Amino acid sequence: MSVEAKQKAQWSARVRESAEKNLPPSQLLPDEQPVYVHSWIYVFGVLTIAAFGVVLVSGLWLSLKGPTWWHTSSIGLFVNSLHLWSAELFFFFMVIHLWGKFWMAAWRGNRSMTWVTGSVAFLASIGTAFTGYLSQQNFASQWIASEGKDGLNAAGIGAFFNVLNFGQMLMWHIVLMPLVVGALIVIHVLLVRKHGVVPPYPLEGQTEFDTGPETVVDVKPPSGGEGGAS
Amino acid sequence: MGAMRAAAAPLSTAIVNLNHPAHYIHWGWFQISVANLLVIVLMLVVFVLALFVPFPGRRFQ
Repeated sequence: MSVEAKQKAQWSARVRESAEKNLPPSQLLPDEQPVYVHSWIYVFGVLTIAAFGVVLVSGLWLSLKGPTWWHTSSIGLFVNSLHLWSAELFFFFMVIHLWGKFWMAAWRGNRSMTWVTGSVAFLASIGTAFTGYLSQQNFASQWIASEGKDGLNAAGIGAFFNVLNFGQMLMWHIVLMPLVVGALIVIHVLLVRKHGVVPPYPLEGQTEFDTGPETVVDVKPPSGGEGGAS
Repeated sequence: MGAMRAAAAPLSTAIVNLNHPAHYIHWGWFQISVANLLVIVLMLVVFVLALFVPFPGRRFQ
């Protein structure tokens, strides 16, 4: 077996070649975008990721002191509020991102998996928020747990987990669900980088925007010109 | 209990007093809290603004 054939037989070489082929560095971290990205509706995806970053950092901070910290400390109350409001903003931006992508049919141009991973990330985020509300250590979390238990049992999925088990739900909230949502977001963003940002529908009589990243229009300012956002 | 009261003190001085049951709106079978309705309306407003407000900076092609 030749040296080249031996290298190809290794999984590390195959992964590297696949990554180089599908996500070259210039595509993974682009410095230019198609001209149609020059719109506010295209910023809500990255705003969602920014809010997710604050959720993660404030959540890690809360994990240092535990779920009852915010009941007994004004700093704990502040960090808990940071966690709550960043989660609120995460959903706020994600829903607007979802509406924008739905009305421009963002699954076009071989982007079906981008759409699917985004949709599943949205559903997983709802589960993450739910387990977060179960971890508040107050009457609201008890109420949500007892009502949620009935709803989940009625849906036939209550045998797989117990929302009345605080320890179980806290571990779901701080370990399992963040891993799932984080992995889905990473895959979603990599797919966006691979297939490029979806173009809007063309106006009547307008030429269809090409959808591949290889047709990206250079939107850098001309040399010596005024700087632009995109 | 003293520590818990100290932590809860900022709530009493919040701009909007949230220390009461939520207000609800009913339309026949449909029921929604005012807070949730406000968030949905705000999302719709921001969505429409994002479509029509010009993005800053020059557009190069």
